[in-house]
Amino acid sequence: MKPALCLALAGLAVLAAPARAADDVDPGRALYEARCGGCHALAADRVGPRHAGVLGRKAGSIAGFAYSPALARSQIVWTEESLERWLRDPEALVPGQRMNFRVGDADERRRIVEYLSRNR
Amino acid sequence: MSANALPARRNFLSTSGKATLSVAAIALLAGRPDLAAAAPGDMGKDVDILNVALGLEHEAINAYQLGAGSGLLQKPVLDVAVLFQSHHKGHRDALIATIEKMGGKPVMERSLDDYAKALNAGTLKSQADVLALAARLELGAANAYLGVIPSFKEAALAQVAGRLAADETMHWTALSSALGRMLPAKPLSFGA
Repeated sequence: MKPALCLALAGLAVLAAPARAADDVDPGRALYEARCGGCHALAADRVGPRHAGVLGRKAGSIAGFAYSPALARSQIVWTEESLERWLRDPEALVPGQRMNFRVGDADERRRIVEYLSRNR
Repeated sequence: MSANALPARRNFLSTSGKATLSVAAIALLAGRPDLAAAAPGDMGKDVDILNVALGLEHEAINAYQLGAGSGLLQKPVLDVAVLFQSHHKGHRDALIATIEKMGGKPVMERSLDDYAKALNAGTLKSQADVLALAARLELGAANAYLGVIPSFKEAALAQVAGRLAADETMHWTALSSALGRMLPAKPLSFGA
């Protein structure tokens, strides 16, 4: 690494304020952002579609978002149960889907679904 | 491997095909496309996963561009942001090359304005805001890469996802330090 970048990284560390929790306000939000926030947001379509109001919504129904054909024709309506199955193994629920991301921990799946249910 | 007994020849063909792609995938993502031209077979599912990854990398590059162009980042933070952006550009280039060699069509980058809107960049008012956005995206990306590992058909691509996750974790750790955030108190906090 170039000396200038070494200095830059050291400078970045010097900026550190006294340590505090990353998100001590809403653990559900922190978990959602950590696990889903790479691709999703509540209010905006990113790599994945927006999540606000997902409970009760038909899968593949956000206008203008490029879903996989498999999800678009799935006829699934998102419930707590179907979202839990989706997060556990999306390909098992909708073969041909494109998310492919799994949340292996059952408690994390439950907490993520609970957070989504609060953001209708 | 299925518990069902498979004919020995079928096993051999399956294994040798995977070995060939392993060489190809590793070669591409290690910057050796010349070794990768012979990638065989229908890899549609893996291409889908790589294209989602490419979408993440497009967004990360643009997020750092928004930060760098905001006027909110001061040296040396600006230099670090540019360094991290260069890592994401490297990821992007490797993913595009791999997707194309596997017969897929790489997902296109959107406009900077589109990313600014999706990331709510108008709310960024300080250097700390920019770093917090970057940290959130890096953490999400690290977990995204870890979360798709079980879905890859090709083990070498799963390894690549792990390597990408390691880069994102490096970025997240540096950004979290700069923001004065505590590191995770428990082990295995990524990719559950």
